[in-house]
Amino acid sequence: MHSWDPRIEEMPGAELEKIQYRHLKTLVYRLYSFSDFYHARMKEAKVHPDDIKTLADIRLLPFMYKSDLRDNYPDKLFCAPQNELVRYHVSSGTTGKPTVVGYTQKDIDLWTTSLARGLTSCGIGKGDVIQVSYGYGLFTGGLGLHYGAERIGATVLPTSVGNTERQIELMQDLKATAIACTPSYLIHIGEAADRMGVSIQKDTLLRSAIIGAEPWSETMRTRIYETMGVRAYDIYGTSEISGPMFSECSEQKGIHIWGDIAIPEIIDPDTGESLPPGEHGELVMTVLQKEALPIIRYRIGDLTQILDEPCPCGRTHPRIQRISGRVDDMLIIRGINVFPSAVEHAILSIPELSGHFMIEVDRKGSLDDMLVRVEMAPEALSDKINDLINIKRNVEHTLKNALNVAVQVELSEPGSLPRFEGKAKRVIDRRVF
Amino acid sequence: MQGEYIIKQISIFSENKPGRLAAIAEALEKSHVNIFAFSIAEANSFGVVRALVDKPDDARSVLEKLGFAVQFTDVIAVRMKDEPGGLHAVAQILGDAGINIEYAYAYSGKEAAVLILRVSQAGEAISKIQAAGGSLLRESDLG
Repeated sequence: MHSWDPRIEEMPGAELEKIQYRHLKTLVYRLYSFSDFYHARMKEAKVHPDDIKTLADIRLLPFMYKSDLRDNYPDKLFCAPQNELVRYHVSSGTTGKPTVVGYTQKDIDLWTTSLARGLTSCGIGKGDVIQVSYGYGLFTGGLGLHYGAERIGATVLPTSVGNTERQIELMQDLKATAIACTPSYLIHIGEAADRMGVSIQKDTLLRSAIIGAEPWSETMRTRIYETMGVRAYDIYGTSEISGPMFSECSEQKGIHIWGDIAIPEIIDPDTGESLPPGEHGELVMTVLQKEALPIIRYRIGDLTQILDEPCPCGRTHPRIQRISGRVDDMLIIRGINVFPSAVEHAILSIPELSGHFMIEVDRKGSLDDMLVRVEMAPEALSDKINDLINIKRNVEHTLKNALNVAVQVELSEPGSLPRFEGKAKRVIDRRVF
Repeated sequence: MQGEYIIKQISIFSENKPGRLAAIAEALEKSHVNIFAFSIAEANSFGVVRALVDKPDDARSVLEKLGFAVQFTDVIAVRMKDEPGGLHAVAQILGDAGINIEYAYAYSGKEAAVLILRVSQAGEAISKIQAAGGSLLRESDLG
């Protein structure tokens, strides 16, 4: 086994816990003193930094929610002044307001270090050519993996998403050995290569894939290996904790969460009670050394469990099982988080529509296809087809802006979409992961 | 009077899927509404059915009862010579007057061919057509 930082990664558990406790204590004191938000939250929860006497006392601290980020848009939760920030990333929020994450240089360094350990643990290193086919830009995936891959001395091929035929040509010409992308995009690349008469297994040097940002399964891992000869490794993260940050090692047995960087907990999503390792529940993350946007007991909304037994790789840090689902109705469309509430918010802003809508999600080929059926307001009807086409385009444009992902739109007749009494079921997801 | 030459077209917004036109036609049949002319404009998943009928108010109420979204639209109907150049003569009048045809559909009957027009300025179109010796239909002519 080759580790990026063996001293940390293979540190005895007790020693790691000491480091975690020290970081946690420092973090809590810092936020209690310097963050109005955390100070108020801790007062409300009647907890003082002095009450944190052991690592397990993390359970005394209040939770933090996506709505906290939204309500404090854009940067009211930041604990570093703007002139200390070196980057912003922005993801879509729940009600049209995006979530902004700021990074100090140290934040970027820790994120990059975390990825350097993860990539190394998958057997990737200097001499590898990593094709980064995550989106570059406001989305964290592209730039995150880019920095991580550079850190380990690999050669980055920053292809971003799209233009798949060119991606396959470059993969061959520049001898890419690894790729980082969403699982569905990897399958799409495989299918596109087939159509081009290119065998990923025989005609390229691609041997590993770091895939995440959307749900996938062991079945898909097997399929990727059998059809492409590529070993796929799960990577996990969300923009709030920095971005894609933690991955599996070459054992492919769960995602290592570097304990000196973050503390994962599992809770019962209904009661908020902590659950022991091996029990399935909602993942709560605390990122220990984040400067610009500290994250304490953040309820990401993903369901998983902490794996108790040590990883055969010898690394001592906690692991989580692959994500099995969501506690809320968030959808992941081509790697981008989409909240039905954000769709609703966008649709209610368009006067030509009645406000009723349905979301249908399918896999077209290997890529997610999201269709939003919207209902026309009777007074917006027109006998001129151009008027209707313009309304449809406007809806597509408004949704694209609100969600950061392109969706199909169909206009429906007034009164034709289902009405709900009680909890609306506006999402039909026909995908199989 | 120009007003008497303005004809009420019913415009029905419909999703583009099997059975929708049959549902519309069945409803009109059951309420004894005769269709004089009609057209369908479609764009992907939706379309607009436009029709000139003998009893537009009846047609509208029966379709609305079935949940269809129906509107009245003002159109004009011009008699054309049912021979080469018939359409050209009418279109030329409007073109020369700078009146844009938003859409049109035609009907070729026993007496004459009829061109139904949705134009930007209906009143002006009527006077230009009449000044050029053209003949327009009244709503009562549709019976």
